[in-house]
Amino acid sequence: MFEDFAYARPESVAQAAQLLQDETAHALAGGSDLLGCLRERIFPVKTIVSLSSLKELRGIARTAEGGLSLGALTTLAEVAGSTEVQTLYPGLAQAAAEVASPQLRNQGTLGGNLCQKTRCWYYRGDFDCLRKGGASCLAVHGENHLHCIFGGDACYMVHPSDTAPMLQALQATVWVAGPAGDRSLPLEQLFMPPAQDPTRETTLQPGELVTHIHLPPPMAGQQTSYRKVRARRSWDFALAGVALAVIIEDEIVTSCRMVLSGAAPFPWQATQAEALLTGAALTRERVRAAASAAMQGAEPLTHNAYKIELFKGIIQEELARLVRE
Amino acid sequence: MSSSAKSPPPGIGMSRRGFLKSMSVSAVATTLTTTVATGAATLATATRTAAHDDAPPQLIQGLTPLTLTVNGNDHTVLAEPRWTLLHVLRECLGITSPKPGCERGECGSCTVLVDGVARYACLMLALEAQGKSIETVEGLMHGEALGPVQQAFLEEDALQCGYCTPGQIMAAEALLRHQPDPTLEEIRVGMSGNLCRCGAYRHILTAVAAAAIKKKS
Ligand SMILES: Cc1cc2nc3c(=O)[nH]c(=O)nc-3n(C[C@@H](O)[C@@H](O)[C@H](O)COP(=O)(O)OP(=O)(O)OC[C@H]3O[C@@H](n4cnc5c(N)ncnc54)[C@H](O)[C@@H]3O)c2cc1C
Ligand code: FES
Ligand code: FES
Repeated sequence: MFEDFAYARPESVAQAAQLLQDETAHALAGGSDLLGCLRERIFPVKTIVSLSSLKELRGIARTAEGGLSLGALTTLAEVAGSTEVQTLYPGLAQAAAEVASPQLRNQGTLGGNLCQKTRCWYYRGDFDCLRKGGASCLAVHGENHLHCIFGGDACYMVHPSDTAPMLQALQATVWVAGPAGDRSLPLEQLFMPPAQDPTRETTLQPGELVTHIHLPPPMAGQQTSYRKVRARRSWDFALAGVALAVIIEDEIVTSCRMVLSGAAPFPWQATQAEALLTGAALTRERVRAAASAAMQGAEPLTHNAYKIELFKGIIQEELARLVRE
Repeated sequence: MSSSAKSPPPGIGMSRRGFLKSMSVSAVATTLTTTVATGAATLATATRTAAHDDAPPQLIQGLTPLTLTVNGNDHTVLAEPRWTLLHVLRECLGITSPKPGCERGECGSCTVLVDGVARYACLMLALEAQGKSIETVEGLMHGEALGPVQQAFLEEDALQCGYCTPGQIMAAEALLRHQPDPTLEEIRVGMSGNLCRCGAYRHILTAVAAAAIKKKS
């Protein structure tokens, strides 16, 4: 049984924003992450603000520019099954289809997927870790097989989302509503690096909620893909994943975005690999060099150096697939 | 604790066991009328305020009357905001086919259909299920006869202890409604949210394939 809480179902985004200004009030979308957190009593929750009446946050629409606007409450099953997403950004449909299980994709939303908490077992378990206000990140000297190899600082979680790396590769914009009105930000700015604040996952201010995710129209010839490796075939989080948005013209890469999941406390953009690939032909040597470049500067913990080879492998395989197609 | 405001009439779509259950449930209901009164006041205020856009919505706390539509029948119960759909189905309505396993969205034994799609009842607040159509194994019966997916599980021996079975059947039911002719790979993906600690997977996959054929005949 969960701790007692009050429940509100606002009829407008403005009302939701008002209720969410309280630090102990939490937005409820599909509940697939929040209810798990309630069960483990990870943080105090006094009020649940159900977003279920906010119909305007649901569904997928074309933007005037020819891209897509995805409502924060659109379920992952709807994203994966949308013919528009499949046609314009197949990699995003793939990423959404790789999340969890069929039941969780039916209830989990895109907004919730971006704002979910880390699955670090110290955070989820009965441990007083840094992210929960404790003295230090227990993964550093503990069981860190699934933790980060990049971007760790004070806390060494990995960001659990499969859709976030793909959305970042697609240069998505996040629309946010709050007490002070609406604002938009590039998706990468939604995530809070632990170096800045290891107790928060997003840069959302009190009272703010994600309303939409906007995708620019796909560039001519753009190929997108998401590849995820997990420990078992049925549902699991990514050990390593790579999201690609690439344009190849006359065998030369003219544009490349590569964002990794399972690597860092936020989607990790492999900028060195992108630079090495842009303007080059995807020869075997270049592909291998790009995979190494993507892993340059990795700082594995005691039990997760295997991720470096895993990433190199999937990056090479995915790039090789692009050449074949 | 519950009250069954509109006790469904026995007959089509309801097994004898289900009928007996709803009778015992409404017996409990009579003892509850005093508590219902206070709760009813809370929800009435809540809906009234919600109609005005600028006024902050009323917070619901403690026991509140809640109407759920399960297998086509409306049930009104008193529920706390923190109660999951799984809890209310089992403990208030006596609908015990959805099983608590992990209660963390990891095993699928609590799978029910909500507006026709499979979801985990352990990860859904009961209040969120208001106004939606909920289906459980009890609703797949044709009178006293088993529905095609249930029949296929029986014939293919798709269970050992049977604890995961209601969840498996609902996952299969959802899969076959959306994909009447699934490939083996589609069955694997469709059933990937349901674990079986007895490891009856091979027979479960066969049963789903057999159920696809049964459903069409
Ligand atoms: C067994 C299991 C396996 C999983 N596997 C995967 C996986 O492989 N890949 C993956 O990516 N995820 C996985 N998940 C996480 C899954 O919970 C998310 O993918 C899901 O998308 C969360 O969405 P939700 O709507 O259910 O979020 P909720 O639980 O409703 O919310 C999650 C968090 O985000 C906040 N929030 C929700 N919506 C908004 C909004 N619009 N604005 C601001 N804040 C908001 C909530 O307050 C809460 O803190 C798994 C979960 C489980 C239980
Ligand atoms: S009890 Fe709901 S998924 Fe295990
Ligand atoms: S039959 Fe025993 S858990 Fe599946």
